[in-house]
Amino acid sequence: MKKILSAFIVLVVLTPLGLLAPGSAWGEWGLDEIKEKVGFIPQGMKHFSEVIKNILPDYGIPGFDKNFYQSALGYILSAVVGIAVIALIFWLIAKLIPETKEKAA
Amino acid sequence: MHIPEGYLSPQTCGVMGAVMLPIWAATGRKVAKTLDKKNIPMMAMGAAFSFIIMMFNVPIPDGTTAHAVGATLIAVTLGPWAATIAVSVALVIQSLLFGDGGVLALGANCFNMAFVAPFVGYLIYLLIVKLKGNKPIAAAIGSYIGINCAALAAGTELGLQPLLFHAANGTALYFPYGLKLAIPAMLFAHLTIAGIAEAVVTGLVVFYLQRVGEDNILYRASGNLRGLPQ
Repeated sequence: MKKILSAFIVLVVLTPLGLLAPGSAWGEWGLDEIKEKVGFIPQGMKHFSEVIKNILPDYGIPGFDKNFYQSALGYILSAVVGIAVIALIFWLIAKLIPETKEKAA
Repeated sequence: MHIPEGYLSPQTCGVMGAVMLPIWAATGRKVAKTLDKKNIPMMAMGAAFSFIIMMFNVPIPDGTTAHAVGATLIAVTLGPWAATIAVSVALVIQSLLFGDGGVLALGANCFNMAFVAPFVGYLIYLLIVKLKGNKPIAAAIGSYIGINCAALAAGTELGLQPLLFHAANGTALYFPYGLKLAIPAMLFAHLTIAGIAEAVVTGLVVFYLQRVGEDNILYRASGNLRGLPQ
């Protein structure tokens, strides 16, 4: 278990490497990038662009993205929060499942 | 490959959601039947691994970025049904907390990355293993084809938008680029770099998992890989 935990910690600490790749993913542009590319913002895109507000938009702390170190910190925090919430969800799933069968797996 | 909010028309989102509902129901039933409570931490680990591997954006020669998904890896270790659930959980968290992929587009994004990718990847893996191929290589090739099929699906969903949904004067209401641009762009990113990243990660982890001993908690996590009854 210790080994797995360390592997995840190493991965989390390394995530800011993912920030180094320049540009956005194709087809994942913000509205301003869309306007730059096609000259206008399609009506429906504008309308639906913000259905909900995210707590850590784009894996960062809002306003705390002035330099790479701030972005990297926000990115690492996002990784930790994401993993914690995933763990919580599966913990809840495990709670909800009744102890019925024990199979040799 | 995470389609953002507003890129797909609500109709498209509705159709993709309607397609995913029975898939989620079926995968849930199948997982409940084949895995037991002990496997839940393993699924959590799979979801967490997929979540984190998607944060490693890799640069694409055309100036964009892409990332691996890890879907086939989970399919090979825990079975494709568990992979659908694990990757879906990661995608839901990404859209709700981080705005990566639209909430309304969850049906489409889960279809591409949590259904097409693991199932195609797993079928190719099974086929190669049946032909007496080596498991890490079979998983690597499967994952490469799986992620590219997912990219093809995403490119198709995006590229259909201007064709199907435009204002009276012809201007696009949602995603503005058609199939001729969207499919090659999505495939280029994944055939070149992201698919290779996916294949290398999948192949290496499967290679490692084959070697862990019974005392390692990961031994249980990879029962499907060993052909153990689950």
